[in-house]
Amino acid sequence: MSQINRLTQGGRIDRSKTLNFSFNGTSYTGFPGDTLASALLANGVDIVNRSFKYSRPRGIVAAGAEEPNAVVQLGSTEAAQVPNVRATQQALYQGLTAASTNGWPNVQNDVMGLLGKLGGKMMPPGFYYKTFMTPASMWMTYEKLIRKAAGLGRSPRENDPDIYDHMHRHCDVLVIGAGPAGLAAALAAGRSGARVIICDEQEEMGGSLLDSRDLINGQDPALWAAAAVAELLAMDEVLVLPRTTANGYHDHNFVTLHERRTEHLADTAPQINGQPQARARMHHIRAGQVILATGAHDRPVVYANNDVPGNMLASAVSTYIRRYGVVPGNKLVLTTSNDYGYRAALDWHEAGREVVAIVDARAKPDGDLVKAAREKGIRIITGSAVFEGKGSKRVSGARVARIDLDNFKLAGSVEDLVCDTIASSGGYSPVVHLAAHTGARPVWSDEAIGFLPGKVKGMTPVGSARAVYSLSAVLADAVEAGASAAAACGFESGGIELPQVQSATEGPACALFQVPHEKPTMRAPKQFVDQQNDVSAAAIELATREGFESIEHVKRYTAMGFGTDQGKLGNINGMAIAARCLGQTIPQTGTTVFRPNYTPITFGAIAGRHCRDLFDPERYTALHSWHLKRGAKFEDVGQWKRPWYFPIGNESMHDAVARECLAVREKVGILDASTLGKIDIQGKDAREFLGRIYTNKWEKLGVGKARYGLMCKDDGMVMDDGVTTCLAEDHFLMTTTTGGAAGILEWLELWHQTEWPELEVYFNTVTDHWATMTITGPRARDLLSEVTDIDLDKDNFKFMECREGQVAGVPARVYRISFTGELTYEINVQANYAMRVWEALFQHEAKYGLTPYGTETMHVLRAEKGFIIVGQDTDGSVTPEDLGMQWCVGYDKPFSWIGHRALTRPDTKRDDRKQLVGLKPVDPKVVLQEGAQIVRDPNQTIPMKMVGHVTSSYYSPVLNSGFALALVMGGHKRMGEKVYLPMADGKTHEAEIVSPIFFDPKGARQNV
Amino acid sequence: MLHIYCPYCGEHREESEFRPKGQAHIIRPKDPVNTSDEEWGDYLFFRENPRGIHHEMWVHAVGCRKFFNVTRDTVSYEILEVYKMGEQPTVTAATQQKGGQK
Repeated sequence: MSQINRLTQGGRIDRSKTLNFSFNGTSYTGFPGDTLASALLANGVDIVNRSFKYSRPRGIVAAGAEEPNAVVQLGSTEAAQVPNVRATQQALYQGLTAASTNGWPNVQNDVMGLLGKLGGKMMPPGFYYKTFMTPASMWMTYEKLIRKAAGLGRSPRENDPDIYDHMHRHCDVLVIGAGPAGLAAALAAGRSGARVIICDEQEEMGGSLLDSRDLINGQDPALWAAAAVAELLAMDEVLVLPRTTANGYHDHNFVTLHERRTEHLADTAPQINGQPQARARMHHIRAGQVILATGAHDRPVVYANNDVPGNMLASAVSTYIRRYGVVPGNKLVLTTSNDYGYRAALDWHEAGREVVAIVDARAKPDGDLVKAAREKGIRIITGSAVFEGKGSKRVSGARVARIDLDNFKLAGSVEDLVCDTIASSGGYSPVVHLAAHTGARPVWSDEAIGFLPGKVKGMTPVGSARAVYSLSAVLADAVEAGASAAAACGFESGGIELPQVQSATEGPACALFQVPHEKPTMRAPKQFVDQQNDVSAAAIELATREGFESIEHVKRYTAMGFGTDQGKLGNINGMAIAARCLGQTIPQTGTTVFRPNYTPITFGAIAGRHCRDLFDPERYTALHSWHLKRGAKFEDVGQWKRPWYFPIGNESMHDAVARECLAVREKVGILDASTLGKIDIQGKDAREFLGRIYTNKWEKLGVGKARYGLMCKDDGMVMDDGVTTCLAEDHFLMTTTTGGAAGILEWLELWHQTEWPELEVYFNTVTDHWATMTITGPRARDLLSEVTDIDLDKDNFKFMECREGQVAGVPARVYRISFTGELTYEINVQANYAMRVWEALFQHEAKYGLTPYGTETMHVLRAEKGFIIVGQDTDGSVTPEDLGMQWCVGYDKPFSWIGHRALTRPDTKRDDRKQLVGLKPVDPKVVLQEGAQIVRDPNQTIPMKMVGHVTSSYYSPVLNSGFALALVMGGHKRMGEKVYLPMADGKTHEAEIVSPIFFDPKGARQNV
Repeated sequence: MLHIYCPYCGEHREESEFRPKGQAHIIRPKDPVNTSDEEWGDYLFFRENPRGIHHEMWVHAVGCRKFFNVTRDTVSYEILEVYKMGEQPTVTAATQQKGGQK
């Protein structure tokens, strides 16, 4: 049989069916019920990885989420690659393909290991900071080398073929963990009728009950677990989520659960009836109460060479034997500080293999398990510990001596034991990670020799998560907590009868973290604290010697508890060592912060369906399909898709825009302006409100008249602009910039609700309700007259007026306002009529030379007129006066409007403020770069004094020249001066400061 | 993610429906023209950043569009009180202090 470490019976695996899998290119077999880790151990695979920094060979240490070494790359194809998978959590399936993430050329013979051996002395903590710091220009090179050498898996280079879902759920009680505590709590809460969700990260629910020596009602406790799960599954209000990790615990009992639905079946999700299924789901849970039944991790003991393959957690040894029928070696030495560690030796012995000795740090251990070991004739060495392991690719022996922990030294002669496995148990560490996610610091308990979860409102830790370990106490604790949680949500629990538990009585444990060595820590062989990040006890000691006293600094200097590990096995030992070096207690030293995610999550689960076309919504106007048919190129404006320009044939953008510009200036053009923000304002105080929110005056604006308005924040800086029309005494329509629409509505609400609630005024967005078609150019009136009953006579319907009437048989509001400087009518109709009106106008296309144009032409035409675009020509630091728009400021309005006071601050009065001007390049062929910096003297030494920058720049077909708008210090008084624009390519452009109005400065064309 | 009670909708809703608008009870000076530059600067720019009780304004941005006030503990993120615009908080740093002394 190739599975040399597999027992012929026992464990929760199915020996009737064989699964084939490959690891690092070699084929192996395992059974259903195995994890990748248990199958590798069954096959006698010792080395599963090379370590992160020193490239030391590493083997499997643990049996669950806390595994630091067996982090593998999964995937049989390129698209299916998954990094950061813990072999201890990955169910075995037929055809599984896995590889080590570190090790070159392979884990057995690693070249980097040579460097690691030399580097034992060469790579202290802070090595990267100290060695690669200078010269700074070399950092990019160093980083590539370091990354290649480090390597913690890689992402796939092909698209993920799988789909992922997000679920949003509410429940009364969320139970995290389905070991004895979680199951009992869920039963108690579930029987009350409360809505309960219970999740567990493992392949099978039951937790420690699946490998326990205890009995429940005289039977294997796994049977009780199975019955509990069955009862929960049958409850209508209970949701049972297997293979689901609570990966993040956020504020107000918001917990994210990562459910892996198919990863135990294949590396990509198998189809169901030809349909894809979600590979993983992310559940967003808002829970009334949370029960933290996350259990505890066995804590390894820190001794020299404790990372050589064959060093394992005592609890993991028990789990592999009892749950998977795998004995991961032949000759065991156990080093422990507590009774429950003894189970590893008893299980090992019962499996028929040799227990060389149990080394117990306590002077007089006497619990039931200790007695059981004595009765079996197992040698127990008391008051002692393993202080060094022997071997390089596999443990070959253990060095044992009496220890004096008070003085941190060995206290007797050394005995060398021959063995191939060293199991260690330094006591349990409650899994406090999730509770810490919300910011609640764990609390040290001398009694428990560990950290307990901090207080979180609406959260109750139960069982071993709060250091209650004996099974009967765990069940009682959990039932009480489950019933209380349900009661807190208004559900009466009928109570629950506790089952009969037979378990061993345990004696007290002692505190054992780092074992002293014959040599000082700095000279002894490496004693690893955090194997995933290659942090040794010596590294922590060095960090404290170099002045890092805060545990958070020690963490960052040494990398302890970094990355995917998040300090599951190493942190408490590391804090204990730091505390010893600093002469402090552990609570004085404190903990670092555990952060989400508890274990790694695939990006797909985080993204869910929010990818590709669904990444961000796209907004289309009512005329979008016409633009598509006409071959428009589109531009993204916020979420809107706006036509950018309409090329004809193979026309370039430059040619198309020039043609569109000339069409507007000479004939008539049409723009889909529907995206413009539109806010309907009503109420008897609407006019007063406008006067306070805009810089200019509104009291005399008559019905049917429109006015341009400028809006400032109270710091006096321009934030929006647009035209507002008076439709009735108590009814106005405000337009805003396309991008500002939502923000301006909120701005209006803010002032109304918080400062002036006494004003009777109401706001509503009507952006999507109205489609806006702008026809502009000398022939606009002739065109519109073909399709409307509105009197368009220039004296009856003047510039800056509004009329209601029929356009193409549809009720419309028509505004005479202009963003091009030409005769313009803005036709607004209900959005669902827009296509009819648009097409009616285009029936006269040939007759008037009607030309559709896009945003680029709109920009050129408005810039020729010096019309600003807020957010392009302004940046939140520009006042109306900087823009030369004093004509739009009501200095003498009775109410001190928003922004008014700021205009008399000394800073807004400075005469060297950046002011809006036009720039005319001396060479008309030059189109200046937007954002280019402006200097007065191109020959000054670098760094030059920058006096402004270009905000808008285009080529103008009517001027036959490039032209620009710019903000220049004191620019209003510098008309006619020459300025210079040094460019990145070494050229320097020369330009003249001119008025920002380049075309038709008197505005004659729009007023005809 | 916070779970916020909207006093106008009368329901707890997810934080993603709301937007924080900074410190509450900032009053715009009634007579800005006769306010000194320093006072005006204080009104515009200076905000408190307390450890503990903080009164702050939120808006139910994708809900009812109403602004309201929240008293929140900036350490635990616990929301101690929600009250409408124009109302005053009953939970303040002072009342919390008194409660602690009892």
